[in-house]
Amino acid sequence: MTAQEYAFLVVATIGSIAAIAVVTARNVVHAALYLVVALLSVGVTFLLLGAEFVGWVQILIYVGAIVILFLFGLMLTKAPIGRDTLDNQHKLLGAVVGVLVFAGLVGLITSAYPLADAETPPPTPGTSELLGRVLFEDYVLPFEAVSFLLLAALVGAIVLARKDDGEPS
Amino acid sequence: MIRLPLVLVFSALLFSAGVYGVLARRNAVMVLMAIELMLNAVNVNLVGFSAQLRDVGPQVFTLFVIAVAAAEVGIGLALVILLFRNRASINVDEVNLLKW
Repeated sequence: MTAQEYAFLVVATIGSIAAIAVVTARNVVHAALYLVVALLSVGVTFLLLGAEFVGWVQILIYVGAIVILFLFGLMLTKAPIGRDTLDNQHKLLGAVVGVLVFAGLVGLITSAYPLADAETPPPTPGTSELLGRVLFEDYVLPFEAVSFLLLAALVGAIVLARKDDGEPS
Repeated sequence: MIRLPLVLVFSALLFSAGVYGVLARRNAVMVLMAIELMLNAVNVNLVGFSAQLRDVGPQVFTLFVIAVAAAEVGIGLALVILLFRNRASINVDEVNLLKW
């Protein structure tokens, strides 16, 4: 076990607890704050894996922008607070499916990559210079497509959410 | 560095939590949060395999997934606000206009 692995185990434990808290919290605002912790731990995992640029992008975009969007969404919809109003009647079925998915994935992972055989890979380069080179040399077309998608989503969101003229507020 | 199976198990747990959230929550914003958890599980997988294979390509795709997730949240929350304005409720099990 390397130092990075110990750090990863701590971060992953915190992130897992936070992820479970997101889907079980009784209060929607608490769930959004747990989501911050889960996304932060994912970002720290990226940094520990050597993906510097992606790690910081994760922290900036997810924690900085997407969670704020969620909080705005909660604020504008005045969601009721309380377990009975947040969960539907299929909670038990959902829990069974979630546990089965987890068990299946873990079984698959441990049979495909046994932990005893797994070797510790050397650090991966993930600096912004290298990533930018690959992004703009090999993946220019997908990059442009994603930027167009973001523009379309921006326009679509404004059209959907704005109030029509003359409509009483 | 970190061995691959540990990363994959963390990702599997995030994904299962997301699956449970999508199935069990009835508040639309909470369903969107659970979808974010699942997308993050995919990102963790991509970066883990990027470290294992010593290739930067998966990290580029992680950036694309983050961008698409941002677009998805924007549109999703706009739809939720529209739904709230029309029905005064954002419970997904009360939305049955297209159900037969």
